[in-house]
Amino acid sequence: MTLALERIGPEERGSASRDKDVDAAAGRVALELSGVTLSFGGVQALQDIDLVVERGEIRAIIGPNGAGKSSLINIISGVYRADRGRVSINGQRFGRVPTERLARLGIARTFQNLALFKGLSVLDNVKTGLAYRHRASVLEQVIGVGRARREQEEARARSQAILDFLHLTDVGERLAGTLPYGLQKRVELARALVAEPDILLLDEPMAGMTATEKNELADFVRSARDRFGTTVVLIEHDIGVVMGLSDHVAVLDYGRKIADGTPGKVANDPKVIDAYLGVAPENEDGEGI
Amino acid sequence: MSVLLDTPASAPNLSRTPSLKTWVWPLIVLVVAFGLVPAFGTSYLFEGILLPFLALSLAGVGLNLLTGYAGQVSLGSAAFMAVGAFACFNFNLRVDGLPLFGSIILAGLTAAAVGLVFGLPSLRLRGFYLAVSTLAAQFFVQWALTKFSWFSNESASGVIDAPALTLFGFTFEGAVGRYYFALTIVTLLTFLAYRLVVSEVGRNFIAVRDNETAARIIGIPVLRTKLFAFAISSFIIGVAGVLWAFAYLRTVEPAGFNLDRSFQILFLIIIGGLATIRGAFYGAALIVVFPLILSRLGALVFGDLFDSGVLDMAQRIVLGALIILFLILEPDGLAALFARIREKIRGGFLRS
Repeated sequence: MTLALERIGPEERGSASRDKDVDAAAGRVALELSGVTLSFGGVQALQDIDLVVERGEIRAIIGPNGAGKSSLINIISGVYRADRGRVSINGQRFGRVPTERLARLGIARTFQNLALFKGLSVLDNVKTGLAYRHRASVLEQVIGVGRARREQEEARARSQAILDFLHLTDVGERLAGTLPYGLQKRVELARALVAEPDILLLDEPMAGMTATEKNELADFVRSARDRFGTTVVLIEHDIGVVMGLSDHVAVLDYGRKIADGTPGKVANDPKVIDAYLGVAPENEDGEGI
Repeated sequence: MSVLLDTPASAPNLSRTPSLKTWVWPLIVLVVAFGLVPAFGTSYLFEGILLPFLALSLAGVGLNLLTGYAGQVSLGSAAFMAVGAFACFNFNLRVDGLPLFGSIILAGLTAAAVGLVFGLPSLRLRGFYLAVSTLAAQFFVQWALTKFSWFSNESASGVIDAPALTLFGFTFEGAVGRYYFALTIVTLLTFLAYRLVVSEVGRNFIAVRDNETAARIIGIPVLRTKLFAFAISSFIIGVAGVLWAFAYLRTVEPAGFNLDRSFQILFLIIIGGLATIRGAFYGAALIVVFPLILSRLGALVFGDLFDSGVLDMAQRIVLGALIILFLILEPDGLAALFARIREKIRGGFLRS
């Protein structure tokens, strides 16, 4: 597996926006939000959010339900447009992030509710994560020669390597829609990772999982970061897992960022305890967390 | 749900290089179709069953690319068939020295261009709304072909005779000849469609169908994929229109390509199996053979009472009931049903 990954190394990514000089200009910051504001009708979903995510870190964004976490990820991935504020990705600034160029900008994401292609096998699902860089014409594909053949062989090798990495090899030929929930979540992670993105956005990757599955997934996220140097932005309800996994944690409440720092610092921040960890009596069983 | 539980949950083998086994059945079918059927078939079999079956199958293959694979519902299939048939007639008539083969390709391309235009709404509309907007194609094309007699070479009745079928210096004559002509074209285009659905484009079709937002974020060119689906689907349906008019009916008239035909093609891929190539053939076989069986059966049971009017009504009722049954009991169509039966039989052999 390692062999396959090394053979098709990151230097082949070669899209203009990801050239080395751009990376150098961006320095250590992979993703930066400044003054991002979003409202739906009268509801203020996000208010003046600043966020700096450094290259290679695992950054968690936590907060109670309706705090604006998903809105934030949707703005970073261009699904929503911010009313005000800017998002800069690897040093490129955007008012609205162009969704169709997201993969080329080096961003991949997973979804809160599963968004797999149910009618495709697990392997084919993962392969779609590489479609954005393929250049073969339809004619070449139909005849199955030259560039098309090379691209497909490479896609297959890379996808297979990611499946091995995430222990999904055995289910590679299964239809994605027939897998149990926890595995589908992992397939989504594989589909996002196959392009070896600079930045990986995970929208509640552990929602609905058992404790064992959560720890497993946390390990996968950590080793993905270590292996590919991916910057991870992670939205999560489950505070326990997040504290162990992330380098920095930002806390949102009612659309505002109320704390930002290392897990230890955030957990002791009185504002956070008030808003979130300081559990009101009726909320002791973790409802809404 | 029963489909999910009963069948082994492995995907159709899109990614592996096709083994010899994949080709055994198609080859047997081809040998029978090219070799045996013409030796034993009667002219009624060709004229009444096989020629409409081939044309409808090809139209089904085309629509299945668009609706089954790419998930874009279309009610304009008959319009694209009409465009194909009339374009082929006009290219053949007006361009001197153009062989019929060239006319057919150009006819397909014309249908593809028209399909592309009427596919533009798919960039903003989905589901029912898209289906209704493809109805515009249906009504517009039929209106244009009737209104402007130039399309039918100023013929007073709007009905025109099809020219002789000559491909590469060989003229296909008689029922058997036309059968060979249709069979050759259907084989070629079906193979093309098969190659397409196992390629990356086919994968992108399914991705766009199953989750458009995810597809866009991953970087699949959603707009291009949708428009291409409309174009290639209309190309194939257009050529199916050529076969329908030139090989089966031997006349070209707009009335034969009405909304009923569009529905017929949509029904046949639903009954046959969405997102399968073979489903179009199963569905077409059922749709062509079923009225014949029904009329024989009706005559047998009810005698003279079962006249053509009653037959027509009975056809619609039974066909409608069949579609409802399929949607409820076997949403994946005949293709899934046959696959399951085969699996059962194989399982039975293994156990004994």
